[in-house]
Amino acid sequence: MDDALLDKLEILADAAKYDASCASSGAKRRTGGPDGIGSTTGAGICHAYTPDGRCVSLLKILLTNYCLFDCAYCINRRSSNVRRARFSVDEVVRLTLGFYKRNCIEGLFLSSGIIRSPDYTMEQLMLVARTLRRDHGFAGYIHLKTIPEASPWLIEQAGLWADRLSINLELASDRSLKEFAPEKDGTSIKAVMGQVGERILEAKEEKRRFSPAGQSTQMIVGADASTDLSVLETSDTLYRRYGLRRVYYSAFSPIPEASSALPAKPPPLQRENRLYQADWLLRYYGFTVEEIAAGGEGGMLDLGIDPKLAWALKNRERFPVDVNRADREMLLRVPGLGARAVDKIVEARRHATLRLEDVARLSSGLKRSRAFLIAADHHPGGLTDRADLRQRLVAPPKQLSLF
Amino acid sequence: MHRPMYRVELRDGADLDGFRRALRGLVALGVEPDEVTWSGGSAPSLFGAIPEAGAAPLPADAPPVPLPRPVGDLIGTVVCHRDPERYALLHRLVRRVVRGERDMLDHHADPLVQRLAMLDKAVRRDLHKMHAFLRFREVRDPDGGERYVAWFEPDHFIVEATAPFFVERFESLVWTILTPVGSLHWDRRSLTVGPAASRPEGLDRDDRFAEGWQRYYESTFNPARVNPTAMRAEMPRKYWANLPEAAAIPRMIRSAPARVQAMIEAEAAAPRRRNPDKAVAAMARQEPATLAELNRIIRAADPLVPGATQAVLGEGPVGAAIAIVGEQPGDQEDLEGRPFVGPAGQLLTRALEEAGIERGAAYLTNAVKHFKFVARGKRRLHQSPTAGEVKHYRWWLMKELGFVRPRLVVTLGATAALALSGRSVSVLRERGPMRFGQTGEGDWEGFVTIHPSYLLRLPAGEGAEQAHRDFVADLRRAREMVEGAG
Ligand code: SF4
Repeated sequence: MDDALLDKLEILADAAKYDASCASSGAKRRTGGPDGIGSTTGAGICHAYTPDGRCVSLLKILLTNYCLFDCAYCINRRSSNVRRARFSVDEVVRLTLGFYKRNCIEGLFLSSGIIRSPDYTMEQLMLVARTLRRDHGFAGYIHLKTIPEASPWLIEQAGLWADRLSINLELASDRSLKEFAPEKDGTSIKAVMGQVGERILEAKEEKRRFSPAGQSTQMIVGADASTDLSVLETSDTLYRRYGLRRVYYSAFSPIPEASSALPAKPPPLQRENRLYQADWLLRYYGFTVEEIAAGGEGGMLDLGIDPKLAWALKNRERFPVDVNRADREMLLRVPGLGARAVDKIVEARRHATLRLEDVARLSSGLKRSRAFLIAADHHPGGLTDRADLRQRLVAPPKQLSLF
Repeated sequence: MHRPMYRVELRDGADLDGFRRALRGLVALGVEPDEVTWSGGSAPSLFGAIPEAGAAPLPADAPPVPLPRPVGDLIGTVVCHRDPERYALLHRLVRRVVRGERDMLDHHADPLVQRLAMLDKAVRRDLHKMHAFLRFREVRDPDGGERYVAWFEPDHFIVEATAPFFVERFESLVWTILTPVGSLHWDRRSLTVGPAASRPEGLDRDDRFAEGWQRYYESTFNPARVNPTAMRAEMPRKYWANLPEAAAIPRMIRSAPARVQAMIEAEAAAPRRRNPDKAVAAMARQEPATLAELNRIIRAADPLVPGATQAVLGEGPVGAAIAIVGEQPGDQEDLEGRPFVGPAGQLLTRALEEAGIERGAAYLTNAVKHFKFVARGKRRLHQSPTAGEVKHYRWWLMKELGFVRPRLVVTLGATAALALSGRSVSVLRERGPMRFGQTGEGDWEGFVTIHPSYLLRLPAGEGAEQAHRDFVADLRRAREMVEGAG
């Protein structure tokens, strides 16, 4: 690896870091064997964490940060003055294999600015994946960002080699998209999601390999005026209609070379966090978008407490819940009880009547749940309905320490 | 007071075999857990269970103890733990399971189950961290080959337990893993488990990828989101010493606030209202403008079905009144690179003639452009494309027909009918005129009939002759539709 390549790596990693998705999960087990290289394990591995707390699992880079488009929220838009660079297909392949063999990564996350034409760009991305798989027997994870403006057949060829395809929606509403990303088109982005979603389903039924780890997308929050409610409604549609595996939320982050079309101040990072929690409730806890939004005010989630607690505080008549009797659905709605704890409770109560200390052993969130729970030796009494319950449950915000 | 009556001496580290052997004996004699003391790290000559005065010797050939699968798995991980009590705890577990508490591990609130679950979790976490944080460095190999070495310090006795992961992932490489509790060496064929090692010198020399990885790590960090607590929860300091990238962490954290401040202060650039024409033109230009351009794309593309040596493109004049769409090229078409030249194609040519259609005046193509087959010895056996595969090719077919602009599209067989109509069609029941394109793209006047290969498969006789006559009659009707409309 020479200095020129190192410099490019720096530029093109820096340019890719605003994409939140880095998961290497969901791939079928696969190994490269004696002639190839690598394996996928299903859950994926975080090989490092950066000081922003994010997991480093894939080599996340752009093929190039040159771009014909001019999306206001993006550091690579054509009107920005950032340093530009471009990898060749072969360079990306070499970097991926080099880092992979040193056990630094699970695989590659490759995205790109649009150069020459969407088709040309998409083809280059596809060629990276094909070279890794076909010429090097690479069995690690490959996540390709698709260019929604590219011809459908190129996107489908990419799906033959990639584990996951993603298409970033970026902004929750078509109107914002028009304003901030003049060359993009929300309808065609969703059309591609529909196309990819169908192919994934068909391939699964026919036991063929086509983007086996599904597709995902990212939405930037805080760059436009969209409320949490509208963001979550969009996610809900994406999960239901297009069968997306994951929606990533990325709090709009100040970027060098920012455009003045954007808000001067970033949204609180907590907003992103709350959206992820809400997303989780949507997918695994049986909540509807309306229920989640009703926990906050004016379509925005409560930043001070998690959305499940917010919902519970506004629906106290449904509590307390008896751990020894309540059905799984209701236990899932108890603040502080995660899905895994609930499953353990349901299993354990078949063998014994649970007391509060038993629940404490099975769940780490008892501090929050005790006001909402009945156990063999515990009843919250009037606690559930106390006006100051919220204050009691929320610790004063901790100062962040920088070492 | 009760005195322990057995002392079991096991190998240092995770002695699963020794534990299993001792356990069989103890269970066979019904020894209670509090009658045993366990110790590791003994001289090899002492391995085994030593009865004290008055106690019966343990049988050497006691039968295996049947245990539920989750219990066996738990033992496998817990023996790797550093806790000196691990064997005693496992013995207590096994004793209770053998006494009838078969699904004991479901009693999540039981203190013993809980304690073991914690040990299990700690070992699993350690395994996971070793899979994650171990870094190989490339070292100079005397024979010039590729060779990798890693140094890692796990918390527990997990070195052997991590071997399957590394062997599976790096089977094609030669590598060595060194740790203070044992080492592994893989030579692409077999694994050697070796003794404890000490930290090798100068591992980072000469490996520019290690340097590249450091630069990557720094670049992928977003200073606007600094959160060292979250980082340390997942990647505690104790691992940093062996991670090449971790050296930069303190500096990255220290400089983050200033970097963010600089970004916020840097005046926002006014959005330069650059003309998007270039981007829009690039999108328009990429669309193939002619059939020849489309064909170039198809020829250059990889097959989307298994098999195939080359793409077989459509053939015939643009503007042909009739387009005939088959399923996919066969063996002979694949070799020659032309559609309908095999036995079925020859049959089609004859049938067209009988129906009064000149083959050269029609446009002939296939729904799937590549020959899908499996090799059986020297023979290449045709495989029907799946519905999903047909859809992969549909984009091209639609574009192709868009260039040819026929007045009528005749589909041969179920695959072609599926490609055009977007649904599965029962050809024998629905043969005849059909309007394609209700799904949006490709609005065509159509005609559904059988594929000539169907005729080839019929046993010779009156039935086959009738089927052939029906096929010709279909084609004749198609011709009349075009002539009538023309
Ligand atoms: S197309 Fe992608 S890379 Fe180009 S400006 Fe828009 S978001 Fe950035």
